Amino acid sequence: MNKDNMQMNMVQSINNALSIALERDRNVLLLGEDIGAAGGVFRVTAGLQERFGSERVVDTPLEEQGIIGTSIGMAALGLRPVPEIQFDGFSYVTLDQLINHAARLRLRTHGRLECPLVVRIPVGGGIKALEHHSDSPETFYAHVPGLKTVIPSGPYEAKGLLLASLSKDQRDPIVFLEPKRLYRGFKEEVPEGEFEIEIGKANVVQEGSDLSIISYGASIPLVRTSAQNFADRYSIEIVDIRTLSPLDEKTVLDSVRKTGRVLIFYEAPRTLGYGAEVAAIISEKALEYLKAPIVRVTGFDVPMPLAKSESYDIPDVNSISKGIEQVMNYVT
Amino acid sequence: MERKSEDYHHDHSDENRKKGPPPKIVKKFEIDSIQILDDKGKTHDGATVPAISDESLKQAYEQMKFLRLFDTKAVSLQRQGRMGAYSEFKGQEAIQVGIAMAMKKEDWLFPTYRDSAAIIARGVPPEYLLRYWSGDEEGQNFPEGVNVFPIAIPVASQIPHAVGGAWALKYKGEDAISLVTIGDGGTSKADFYEGMNLAGVFNLPVVCIIQNNQYAISLPREYQTHTATLAQKGLAFGIEAMQVDGNDLLGVYFVLSRAVEKARRGDGPTLIEAITYRLGHHTTATGDEPYRSEAEIERWKHRDPLERLRMFLEQKGIWSQSYESDVDQQVKQRMDEAVRNFESFPKPRPEDMFRYTYSQEPPKLKSQEESLLGRQPEAQAAG
Repeated sequence: MNKDNMQMNMVQSINNALSIALERDRNVLLLGEDIGAAGGVFRVTAGLQERFGSERVVDTPLEEQGIIGTSIGMAALGLRPVPEIQFDGFSYVTLDQLINHAARLRLRTHGRLECPLVVRIPVGGGIKALEHHSDSPETFYAHVPGLKTVIPSGPYEAKGLLLASLSKDQRDPIVFLEPKRLYRGFKEEVPEGEFEIEIGKANVVQEGSDLSIISYGASIPLVRTSAQNFADRYSIEIVDIRTLSPLDEKTVLDSVRKTGRVLIFYEAPRTLGYGAEVAAIISEKALEYLKAPIVRVTGFDVPMPLAKSESYDIPDVNSISKGIEQVMNYVT
Repeated sequence: MERKSEDYHHDHSDENRKKGPPPKIVKKFEIDSIQILDDKGKTHDGATVPAISDESLKQAYEQMKFLRLFDTKAVSLQRQGRMGAYSEFKGQEAIQVGIAMAMKKEDWLFPTYRDSAAIIARGVPPEYLLRYWSGDEEGQNFPEGVNVFPIAIPVASQIPHAVGGAWALKYKGEDAISLVTIGDGGTSKADFYEGMNLAGVFNLPVVCIIQNNQYAISLPREYQTHTATLAQKGLAFGIEAMQVDGNDLLGVYFVLSRAVEKARRGDGPTLIEAITYRLGHHTTATGDEPYRSEAEIERWKHRDPLERLRMFLEQKGIWSQSYESDVDQQVKQRMDEAVRNFESFPKPRPEDMFRYTYSQEPPKLKSQEESLLGRQPEAQAAG
């Protein structure tokens, strides 16, 4: 292990990124419900209020719309607010402020004002939480022109992407989705100091020549396991989208042109989900390379069920295996 | 046609009190209502008349005269197809000019779609507003140093922006405040409650003025909320709140300048309900107004803020017929020039919408831009 690296889970790596951002830029401030004294319901902001003070790590009243709307005013007048929405299901009321204002402040003023805020939202299922605490809302955000939507797939990715989101030259509103299943899912080596992962750039997690699995967020560790299970049969390439919007089409298309077979995997509902966009782009720009129809393995088109049934809805390694067989066994 | 409001403001608390044990009163509230100039332009006996020089009073009157003409002209430009749908402010000039008078250059205004007058009074050249209302974003690329946020079209969404703006100003230690306006309808919205709640909790330098013009498009004020005043909603946030006659420039200036300076001192937010009336249409697109009577509009015309200020100036001996003719001449020239400037603006460029969506244009948008400009079909654009 590199002596400057530490074993961190994603809670620790995000906490570490936020403390670096607070340290290096006095205009960064965090605000949200229970993020200060309590350190956040997932403990992501633990210790930050103690270290940076209640002016910079602010416990707000219980008002998601107000938190985002206020952050827009702050960002427009020169601060770098990092609002936290406690759970995915409570983020929907903030869509009005994000779509109508954050996303178009620059265009509406032809660049006179900009809105460099970073909204952090824990997303997804798999932790047996209450109702409205396990949704996968990523495409709502990714659909909005003017917003950037980022979703890390582990501790290292989370820190690098979050620090890039809060860098000086990043001037657009960013929705930073944190798959809560990954918060304490695993630890990995993460540099202690500053580093950035470019926003708008997908990552080839593993190279391969037979099949491209395109995925993101909490699905990536499952895809890795599946690829290992099939390692003796197929050479599988894994593409982690990382930035859902704007999408790095080139990395996706390069992979598809190489392998000719595509499986898209994520836990959100299928219809008009992220896979629809990826499949459409592939069919527009790389159809002639395809050796088999594109396969989507996703959550079902049902509202996220309660804890006892969530595993029926969230696709797992077996679902991926079936998808891999389907796309690899296709014969014309 | 006119509905009676008494039923909606009936207070049951006294009846209920008689039935139970004598309550301990925890807190009592009152709402003050301020008027300095009455309907005839006379100051109330004993009223504190704000110290405004004759010159400033005349400037305010001239500005209000100009804005009245601007509003009329904007409507006619829309009717002639030279401008898009436009939201009229006629009747609310005293509030909007009072706003600008109470603010300093470094303060920020967060306007709604009915605040073209306040925006111009803050120093945005009128041709910018014509440009915006004609459907061109460049109209909101206000000149550097004129601290006006873009117009909020979604009702009440500007409240949290103003609160966040005030928060940023306070955080950075700047000697500036934010001032936000809202209509009577907006006070029913979550953004109003959430924003003003934060303003109270964090004691932020923000002033919110409700322009209660009696209607939210068609819905009368008494159907908007069950409370007797809109001002009292401020009490729910622990914020000082009051009413003022919104057609009385001196009254508006008095309460606003006090609230603005209070915010600047660090003594927190204020909520002001200014009672006024929309003499024009909601917008040029809404047409007939079966929800209100001619008689009602006539009654409010007698409370016109321009005429009231004129009568006050006349009583002070600083208004004459020849002055009025000069002012008419001046404002017409200013308006003609604004229209000339507006009509000389180039058409919006198609590339602007792509270039201003993100700080750096992503490849996807570059390719879509190329396809619109006919340089490259989208289907063939590089991924």
